[in-house]
Amino acid sequence: MTMPTDKRAAPAAVQSGSARPASLWGDTLGNILHQRNAIVGLTIIGFFIVVAVLAEQIATFDPTTVLLDVEKGAKKLAAPCIHALGCAAERPEHYFGIDQNIRDVFSRVVFGTRVSLQIGLVTVGFAIVLGTTIGAVSGFLGGAVDNLFMRVMDVLLAFPALLLSIAIVVVLGTSLINAQLAIGIVAIPIYARIMRASVLSIRERDFVTASRALGESSTGLLVRRILPNALTPLIVQGTLGIAGAVLDVAALSFLGLGAQPPLAEWGSMIGQARNSMFSAPHLVLFPGIALALTVLGFNLLGDGLRDALDPRLNR
Amino acid sequence: MIRFIIRRLLLSIPVLFGIVFIVFALARIVPGDPCVAALGERANPEVCAVYAARRGLDKAIIPGLFRVESHIEVRLGEVPATLVDNQFVRYLGEVATGDFGDSVKFGQPVTTLLLQRLPTTVELGLLALLLAILVGIPLGIISAYRRNSIVDVVTMMGANIGVSTPVFVLGLLFAFTFAVVLKDTPFSLPPSGRLTAGTTVVPLAEAWGIQGLGGPPRVIVDFVSNMNTLNGLLTLNGQLLGDALRHLILPAVALGTIPLAIIARMTRSALLDELGLDYIRTARAKGLRDRHVVIRHGFRNALLPVVTVIGLQLGTLFGGAVLTETIFNLAGVGRAVTEAILSSDYAVIQGFTLVIAIGFVVINLIVDTSYAFLDPRVRLR
Repeated sequence: MTMPTDKRAAPAAVQSGSARPASLWGDTLGNILHQRNAIVGLTIIGFFIVVAVLAEQIATFDPTTVLLDVEKGAKKLAAPCIHALGCAAERPEHYFGIDQNIRDVFSRVVFGTRVSLQIGLVTVGFAIVLGTTIGAVSGFLGGAVDNLFMRVMDVLLAFPALLLSIAIVVVLGTSLINAQLAIGIVAIPIYARIMRASVLSIRERDFVTASRALGESSTGLLVRRILPNALTPLIVQGTLGIAGAVLDVAALSFLGLGAQPPLAEWGSMIGQARNSMFSAPHLVLFPGIALALTVLGFNLLGDGLRDALDPRLNR
Repeated sequence: MIRFIIRRLLLSIPVLFGIVFIVFALARIVPGDPCVAALGERANPEVCAVYAARRGLDKAIIPGLFRVESHIEVRLGEVPATLVDNQFVRYLGEVATGDFGDSVKFGQPVTTLLLQRLPTTVELGLLALLLAILVGIPLGIISAYRRNSIVDVVTMMGANIGVSTPVFVLGLLFAFTFAVVLKDTPFSLPPSGRLTAGTTVVPLAEAWGIQGLGGPPRVIVDFVSNMNTLNGLLTLNGQLLGDALRHLILPAVALGTIPLAIIARMTRSALLDELGLDYIRTARAKGLRDRHVVIRHGFRNALLPVVTVIGLQLGTLFGGAVLTETIFNLAGVGRAVTEAILSSDYAVIQGFTLVIAIGFVVINLIVDTSYAFLDPRVRLR
């Protein structure tokens, strides 16, 4: 990597030093809201959160109900039909069309939002908790423990991520939670490394030494002094990690290793529609757009957060 | 330089050992009777006893750890006796000789299957990477040079969308667009397979009259021969080359999109970092041409993070190949993995995982060494 340019950071430091003593959180929030990427990302994520919360109200049908006997004229693989856009009034209205099992695609995409957001948060949450613990212990204790943990992380990182998660899921058995577990395990090294690097750089600072001199316990030092100061890179990586986790779990589901039917999960919806793709592209298009947008939202927010929280990158 | 390479080689030994151990451990945790998994319907108690003895499944897994029926048992007293005589040591021996067991589904040794399938995947991956580099780097340079221009904004927006679109969605939409929507236009492209039925491929060994060749050289010749585009190039078979490329272009674009976006973004930001530095201003002040300053001074120094990110893409590229090959029906390693999943063919999944992970360690070694060439500072560290 190129060396950070001190020149650019210096005027900013002088400015913030002479400005009125603003609150830390206020400043941070202000910085974030000045990032175009972060705002667009937040808007997209906010939209999907609203959809997830109000799924029952937004969806026009139950996501798993087969419409065969429920609605007259519901045909397998029927293309989208929106009356306001000129679709014949005698055809039943389905915004995103009907799938190969005669279910309403729009409702499935809407309910899929819940599944995908859950996937992203739980998977990354799991990886962060385990990863930061390993990284913190490793960095704090050093020596043989550090060496052992970090070599294990090196080994995990040596595998192509998707391949290792496939191998893990095959052992654990195919289910959504196992797919999340596999993706989570594969992501652990990233967080462990970030946390370890932060701990190493922070533990020698004066304020940590001061706390230690005041009799703070090791756990206290780690949790109250070091962890809060290591949060920034974790938050940034975690946000980007959610995007990756949503993508990877969807890929596993696409291969049939994750979410199992009839659950409305975008990846598995696309996987199941694969063979009807040429006659009914809407079965791939709509869940695909939803998936890409969600991932885009978290990617943009992650980039925005990085730009906002890391003054070195300000430009 | 030599010392640097030797040190990196030594450092990768524990990693290789760890990879073998993880795959070994995963193989032993697989639920169910390994004999039933390997032999399927042919499994019965007598056959399985023979099988277990032949594969060493009755021995300790690692020193002092036994598998009895379906649970794991620790017998500390037997640790010294099983220090060498255990399944892991045996497995290491098998790996060292390239023996990964037999595939149930494909009815052949895993190693043979891998050698058959690898050329397709390597061909696809290389083409995708080539595309990503040849398009991504120039786009990144232009975006940095004309920062905040329309080109920059559109490229970066495209890059954001590119990294966020799943390979399988992109692949399916490409297939639909070029095989269905554009069906009767000159832009129509085939949505599956490696070649049009009826296209003949002459193996290189035959074309060059070296059928008598054996051993590793023959394996290499056959490997190259199985990459249709290379075969077409080497035998000057324009029809084969054209047809192979027509089949590869959609999967390669789908697979290359995410790396392309990442490379473009990294090139832009690395170059922007460099262009703000004093030596660039000096170069400009000397009156050098702008293009010379950006390419020869700026980009040369911005190359290191770009190479890093290209190296990091290889893993993503391979994961993507699993999905792309499945969608475009390309008989490569990735599709073999998905087919093995469907038929619970554990030997294939584990053998492939191991070989590919080891392959990546080697590739990373090469990438690391290339830094040392690009940046003398790395060598001295």
